[in-house]
Amino acid sequence: MRGSAGLGVAAAVLVSIIAAAVASLWWTPFPVDGFDMGNRFAMPTAAHPLGTDHYGRDVVSMLMAGAQTSLAVAAGAVAIGLFVGTPLGLAAASSGRAGRAVLMLGSDIVFAFPALIVAAILSTFRGPGAFNALIAIGIFYIPVFMRLTASSARRVLALDFVDAARLAGKSSARIAAEHVLPVVAPILLTQAATQFAIAILIEAGLSYVGLGAQPPAVSWGRMLAEAQTLISLAPQLAVWPGLAIVVTVLAATALGEGLNRRLDPRFAGRHA
Amino acid sequence: MRVLTRLAQLAATLFVASLIVFMAMSVLPGDAGLLRLGMNAEPAAVAALRAEMGLDDPLPLRFVAWLGGILTGDFGTSGTYDVSVLGLLAERARVSVPLAVYALVLSVALALPAGIYAAVRRGRFADRAVRGVAEIGLSVPAVWLGLLFIYVFAVYLRWAPAGGFPGWDAGPARALGALTLPAVALAIPQAAILARIVRTALTEAMDEDFVALARAKGRSTAGAVIHHALPNAWAPILTVVGMQFGFLVAGAIVIETVFNLPGLGRLLFQAVAQRDIVLVQGITLVVVATVVIVNALCDVVAVASNPRLRRGP
Amino acid sequence: MLTRRFALALALMPVVAAPFVASAPVAAQSERPLIVGMALEPPHLDPTAGAAAAIDEVLYANVFEGLTRIAADGTVAPALATAWEVSADGLTWTFTLRDGVTFHDGAPFDASVAVFALDRFRAEGAENAQPQLFAAIDGVEAADPTTLVIHLSRPAADLPFSLAWGDAVMVHPDSADANKQTPIGTGPFRFAEWRRGDRVILTRNDDYWGEPAAIARAEFAFISDPGIALASLLAGDVNAFPNFPAPEQIPVLESNGQFHVEIGTTEGEVILAINSARPPFDKLAVRQAISSAIDRNVLIAGAMYGAGTPIGSHMPPHNPAYLDLTGVNAFDPDRARSLLAEAGAEDLSLTITLPPPAYARRSGELIAAQLRQVGIHAALKPVEWAEWLSSAFRGKDYDLTIVAHTEPNDIGIYGRDDYYFHIENSRFDAVMAELETEADPDARIDLLHEAQTLIADDAVNAFLFVLPKLGVWDADLEGFWANAPIQANDITAVRWTD
Repeated sequence: MRGSAGLGVAAAVLVSIIAAAVASLWWTPFPVDGFDMGNRFAMPTAAHPLGTDHYGRDVVSMLMAGAQTSLAVAAGAVAIGLFVGTPLGLAAASSGRAGRAVLMLGSDIVFAFPALIVAAILSTFRGPGAFNALIAIGIFYIPVFMRLTASSARRVLALDFVDAARLAGKSSARIAAEHVLPVVAPILLTQAATQFAIAILIEAGLSYVGLGAQPPAVSWGRMLAEAQTLISLAPQLAVWPGLAIVVTVLAATALGEGLNRRLDPRFAGRHA
Repeated sequence: MRVLTRLAQLAATLFVASLIVFMAMSVLPGDAGLLRLGMNAEPAAVAALRAEMGLDDPLPLRFVAWLGGILTGDFGTSGTYDVSVLGLLAERARVSVPLAVYALVLSVALALPAGIYAAVRRGRFADRAVRGVAEIGLSVPAVWLGLLFIYVFAVYLRWAPAGGFPGWDAGPARALGALTLPAVALAIPQAAILARIVRTALTEAMDEDFVALARAKGRSTAGAVIHHALPNAWAPILTVVGMQFGFLVAGAIVIETVFNLPGLGRLLFQAVAQRDIVLVQGITLVVVATVVIVNALCDVVAVASNPRLRRGP
Repeated sequence: MLTRRFALALALMPVVAAPFVASAPVAAQSERPLIVGMALEPPHLDPTAGAAAAIDEVLYANVFEGLTRIAADGTVAPALATAWEVSADGLTWTFTLRDGVTFHDGAPFDASVAVFALDRFRAEGAENAQPQLFAAIDGVEAADPTTLVIHLSRPAADLPFSLAWGDAVMVHPDSADANKQTPIGTGPFRFAEWRRGDRVILTRNDDYWGEPAAIARAEFAFISDPGIALASLLAGDVNAFPNFPAPEQIPVLESNGQFHVEIGTTEGEVILAINSARPPFDKLAVRQAISSAIDRNVLIAGAMYGAGTPIGSHMPPHNPAYLDLTGVNAFDPDRARSLLAEAGAEDLSLTITLPPPAYARRSGELIAAQLRQVGIHAALKPVEWAEWLSSAFRGKDYDLTIVAHTEPNDIGIYGRDDYYFHIENSRFDAVMAELETEADPDARIDLLHEAQTLIADDAVNAFLFVLPKLGVWDADLEGFWANAPIQANDITAVRWTD
């Protein structure tokens, strides 16, 4: 998967998964809340290309609806990390010693809480759910993007043209927005793709241990958890959601790497 | 001076983290006393039990008492098990810590040679193969790996037990046997990440002037990598390992669930379900403290091993 | 790379699906340990100080014994008391105690110990989870070392039954306070070790007063995950699962000649409890509509994989007083819709609160889908037990909730005024009062029939099915209970036959 061909393939795969997830909002081949006990554990047929699950639901439809949860959680979590972490990182990079110390200390504290712990804590307040998983992963991502932004931004701030801007009387907020952000943006974009991939894996783990999406919502992690107890009866049910996760994560990672190479050769590989 | 600042930072982090943990746990819905006595309990008995468990004291008082206890090595008494939290933690750590170390050793043993080899053969087939395999390793959910392992190696081939832990009393061979499948499932994604970092850090170091100089002086590529590039690559590798540690801990918690291992992760889920607040606080604090301390250690070692970073930012 | 991974996954499938042919290594017969799997770990090991069923499932009859006990067929049998009689007014019970019984630490058992134990359980604010068992007891005295006299404040015909519960087993004054960690009873097994999070180990009590156990060492291993439970059985890490947690895997085990599968009954009535204190559930028509919207056969097929018996009221079919009321408010979506219209409750939205067990979570998913068919929008709210107990059960903060009531003979809960579900019915209360004093078996059955009919007609709850006891054990084992008249794993009669 090198060069633009790999990038194209990865983008195409991701787009079609996103399209399937979006389509599932209005249409799936079969309803995912339609239980058909007489037709459960069906092997693949023309109507059900991947067979049916333990409630007789069409696996293709379930995967589509599951994609919706997985992608929404991952995208939402990355958005939280990006939109909260980046400004904080810029602030840390452009503020003085004390301000930076306080901000980075905050980042260290948040970073010490693995998403799983945050999700476990959140679930006890509001009951488990996909939105909790989104928030938990998002909180974990704030320091990730904050640290990355801060370290990249400080490298930019040390450059000559920034000194020039500073001498010209621009405020540090303006410098951050006008000079630093455009340089840092590609790095963040690359990181966003990579973290998106990781978020899908974390979501699967959270759903697996019961801290993610709850029925009637469908998610790939839940499908895996349900398949575990059924693996001796219908092993194929464990294969499909796992495969869906692997393909999505591979595509998102490849996209991240492709963007990395394409957008900024200077930082290539530095934040793999 | 730097060490002192770092220690102060560590202490501040741990204090705020413990405050967050305590506050979050203290407002949980659900009554631990009622859970112990069940549906037919008399309200008076539940109230007596709650008082005995210290659930009725004011919150700040409970926080001070809890924190004071922790500073003197007393993590309190578990509400459901009626034994000391520290004892429970120590018991479970005998599974979780070996599992994490086992997984870490495996992932380093896999990743270091692979990463070095890929860096030496940069751009060639071997490099692409290592990176491809690493990419797949990264993309496979550990849960799924665990699932497949159980059914292939435990149920079908019977090479290892399906889950559970016989205890170290059963002999190190059996105990390690029970930890092998979970450790491998945990190690594969970690190894994939590590291999990529090792490769990246090495290739960057190889581009530095002095490594190029060594090669110009007639060092073989491999020699240059091992003698010149590797010592300079430790800092970024360690930094990322530190950052990954939280993932390793979270992964271990999930994998313990998959393999039914009596570790800290399973204990955490049980404690949350049973509203055993003191126990949940103890576990989360230990997990968070471990992450913070490992992060700090990795930072310190990274700085110490890299003369350019030592000058400070 | 994608295709390679794909091919690998496909290649693994036949391997995974292949029949499990290898067999477990066999240890020497005489000392071969028995490893019993259980889904949940007990929080502690004192059956007289906690509600968790897992405590009894390890210790009842194995380590601890009561004055009386529940036998495998559900009847009351002698245990530490050999005989008992009741005075003509029903207020004085005299129990003759077994002589020469000692606790595992050597302390002797006599009437003074029994007085201590019963006084401990019924004390004000005691940590006992079933205070109602002792509610009628006014005083306990030791007439001589082998004669115990219990005075009642009102007649209680079922006292021997009450004293057979795990919450009433005999504990000694010297060891009672430490029983949570190191249980000391009089039973055929003594406690050896508790590896928390993993297993409890019992060894045979060679000084037992009765028939010694055939098994020298028994381990109760705690395996919460159903997938691991199956894998552990197949891999030989566990020899028996008296209550197998996953009905979906029973066909796999039945088709495997290595195991004996026994589907028995329990006392666990699974109900969809309805909060009739909350409008519109106070309307009979709405409650009838909810019951009529539910197809029990779909629940049993979908949630229980065919194991489980439908019920129409709060009584399991194996009870002699059972009356088949599954025809009352039977599945009829059209009727449900018209009842809702009649009550003016179209477009009803509600929440079903679901505690953790799989029967509840799965039934909840299916019931939500069935309710949608009649125009009720049902949201699902999964909760942990602690939260269920405090908010749904104690706080009565729920619309509908699914739970199994596992206590035997518990139809009386429908007469409790402040219970989490309750419909005021004076006739029902009168029936319960008559039952307290009625001794004639036929008359009792008539009263119980009437009680079942009253709550079914009132549609107090939607009655779903009785939990099955899915027993699975190595085909070389015998002596496990087929049914579960009480939540226990009595292994005193279990032996290896090979």
